[in-house]
Amino acid sequence: MMGVGRIALLLSGFAVAVMVLGSARPASAQAGVADLSDHLIAVTAGFAGTKLLLFGAIEGEAADVVIVVGGPADQVMVRRKERMGGIWVNRHKLVFGGVPGFYRLASTRPLDEIASDRILARHGIGLDHIRMVNPKGENGNLADFRTALIRNKKRQGLYPTETGQIAMLGNRLFRSDIFFPSNVPTGTYNVTVYLLRAGKVISAQTTPLVVSKIGIGARVYAFAHRHSALYGIVAIAIALFAGWFAGAAFKRT
Amino acid sequence: MQIYLPIAELSVNIFLFLGMGAGVGFLSGLFGVGGGFLMTPLLIFAGIPPAVAVATEANQIVASSVSGALAHWRRGNVDIKMGIVLLIGGIIGSTLGVWVFGLLQGLGQIDLVIRLSYVVFLGIIGGLMLVESLKAISRQRKPGGKRRKLHQHNWLHGLPLKMRFRRSKLYISALLPLGIGILVGILAAIMGVGGGFIMVPAMIYLLGMPTAMVVGTSLFQIIFVTANVTFLQAWQNQTVDIFLALLLLTGGVIGAQLGTRAGSKLPGEQLRSMLALIVLGVCARLAYELLVRPDDLYSIGGALGHGG
Repeated sequence: MMGVGRIALLLSGFAVAVMVLGSARPASAQAGVADLSDHLIAVTAGFAGTKLLLFGAIEGEAADVVIVVGGPADQVMVRRKERMGGIWVNRHKLVFGGVPGFYRLASTRPLDEIASDRILARHGIGLDHIRMVNPKGENGNLADFRTALIRNKKRQGLYPTETGQIAMLGNRLFRSDIFFPSNVPTGTYNVTVYLLRAGKVISAQTTPLVVSKIGIGARVYAFAHRHSALYGIVAIAIALFAGWFAGAAFKRT
Repeated sequence: MQIYLPIAELSVNIFLFLGMGAGVGFLSGLFGVGGGFLMTPLLIFAGIPPAVAVATEANQIVASSVSGALAHWRRGNVDIKMGIVLLIGGIIGSTLGVWVFGLLQGLGQIDLVIRLSYVVFLGIIGGLMLVESLKAISRQRKPGGKRRKLHQHNWLHGLPLKMRFRRSKLYISALLPLGIGILVGILAAIMGVGGGFIMVPAMIYLLGMPTAMVVGTSLFQIIFVTANVTFLQAWQNQTVDIFLALLLLTGGVIGAQLGTRAGSKLPGEQLRSMLALIVLGVCARLAYELLVRPDDLYSIGGALGHGG
């Protein structure tokens, strides 16, 4: 009885694994599997950043692992200040499209030891190779604006500079902590695990991750945006009550 | 302890912001001023987006003016007729101001305009206050100085649309308080202040109102003008953060009570010169940031201009 049960369990586990791998990337999926400890980050009223665990296994011989966490893509306006009449004023602006709101990298070794620049660029791996839509039209300062965009995102902590660590267990299992700061943008993220052997990408598996405002903060935000006039009236009512209450409370003391 | 502000979209330390509320509340209780002109720059220094700082501070001022206005109302120190004329101007001005605010936000210049307005007004007010209080201190030492006339007749008294304000014992053109109201309304919308620091001297020196009526009447006007700003900012720009307003409010109420008590024990003119120095300090800090080359010439924001 025990033996049959165990075989059945193994078979069903195998079936699940096949389904998971099959849905990801059939051609290269045999090389490994990976998953996240959670597929939802709840931004609650007490949210102060969080950490997720990504874990997985490599099939066959040893390989390098690169994990790329990309936040929801959005338009970003980059402005440049110039001195006018003694003060610094925003003058030039460029709008970049499809800019990831968050970008974090983790790898088993430094990137330049793992693969060539060309390979990394093709897969959009690394801060220098983040994919975004350049502004239309001729612009000689494009590179400066792009560098400035990434520099500003880094300063906000949304493009962490240091590459994350990936711990390997017996050349087969790997695990990595992914940190998210308190100002992570909400939306759908893609966590992509690349396996590389001899400088070539042999597998890429993408797992979705949702960062969502949950609880009272989310309700306040939705209310402020959906019923903004009513929100304004409620804000005034709260202030009027608080002011009256404070006056009344302290008059007695 | 951290709290996530849903509209400002960042997580802040509760005690830092309660403390800021209490600190500014203490100063406003101590000096009898609104405190908006100190709180908004502080919020910007603390990393709150300027647009959210301005709109949320307007919401907080609604609360802080209510208790003051009620107290003056009970003592009969509110000139309703004058207050309503000031208010009509205030509604026109603040509506115009919120519209200009949205326009500047789209152009990416709102940050600059907020800072510039602060530098100009804090510089003027702080400078005047300092000179006044230093003069007063030296007058106290040398008694027998000249007194200025209460009423000075000039071109302002030749304006049309004269109205009688019984409570303030004035017969002046309605255009004067209307104009003051419009100016203060624009400032309330763009700077996130009540505007008492402009309105009170204007009511005393330009309108010649009795000092006892001035504070109550200005608070009466400020409640409605900042309520209008709160409503329009929430409606058009979605920049009012209720959580942030509640934090500042809670700290502010406690601080103001402590400040009022401390104020009654300290000498008035020395207090005023101290406030003048604080105002000039904030002004200098803002001016410094405009004049000195920024660490990074580039800044980023959403394509709609938020956070510009």
